[in-house]
Amino acid sequence: MTLTKNNIADAIQEGLGIHRRHSIEIVEILLEIIKRNLESGEDVLVSGFGKFCVRDKKPRLGRNPATGDSMMLDGRKVVTFKCSSVLRDRVNQMAE
Amino acid sequence: MNKLELIATLKNEANISKAEAAEVVQIFFDSMTEALARGERVEIRGLCSFFIKEYKSYTGRNPKTGEKVLIQPKKLPFFKCGKELKERVDYKDKMDEA
Repeated sequence: MTLTKNNIADAIQEGLGIHRRHSIEIVEILLEIIKRNLESGEDVLVSGFGKFCVRDKKPRLGRNPATGDSMMLDGRKVVTFKCSSVLRDRVNQMAE
Repeated sequence: MNKLELIATLKNEANISKAEAAEVVQIFFDSMTEALARGERVEIRGLCSFFIKEYKSYTGRNPKTGEKVLIQPKKLPFFKCGKELKERVDYKDKMDEA
């Protein structure tokens, strides 16, 4: 089973007692806010879940795996996730 | 941005009450937490996906004392950035270089 946007929209529809179309719209707005923030380089910290961080990767020397030629890879920005201890404990709880 | 700022922004942009916005944010992250706790995958198209990675037990070292310690097997959510988010976050730098 995979949890998707649809499942979350279902839960919000039920939780708030609103129309399906409206819950999908709200989820899309929420996602857009998160993405827009990360795009601007700002971290998103959700206590109890984790922190979405934007990190700068330095340019580095890489290789073309097909030809073996070395080449300069540009610096780039990536998003990383730091799991909160609450989430980590919840994930490991079930194992016992 | 933290959870409170996320709720306040959602309230304004979705034209809902603060209580509703807080509930939406709570349901959103709780749903993901519950799915991961059940060992399920999470896939939010455009944002990210998570799956549970199982780590075997291994002998590690306390970096301070150098002492050997046995690390118990553990599970951790593994984050993969979605395509849209990845491209949007890296976009501006590419433009500067061009």
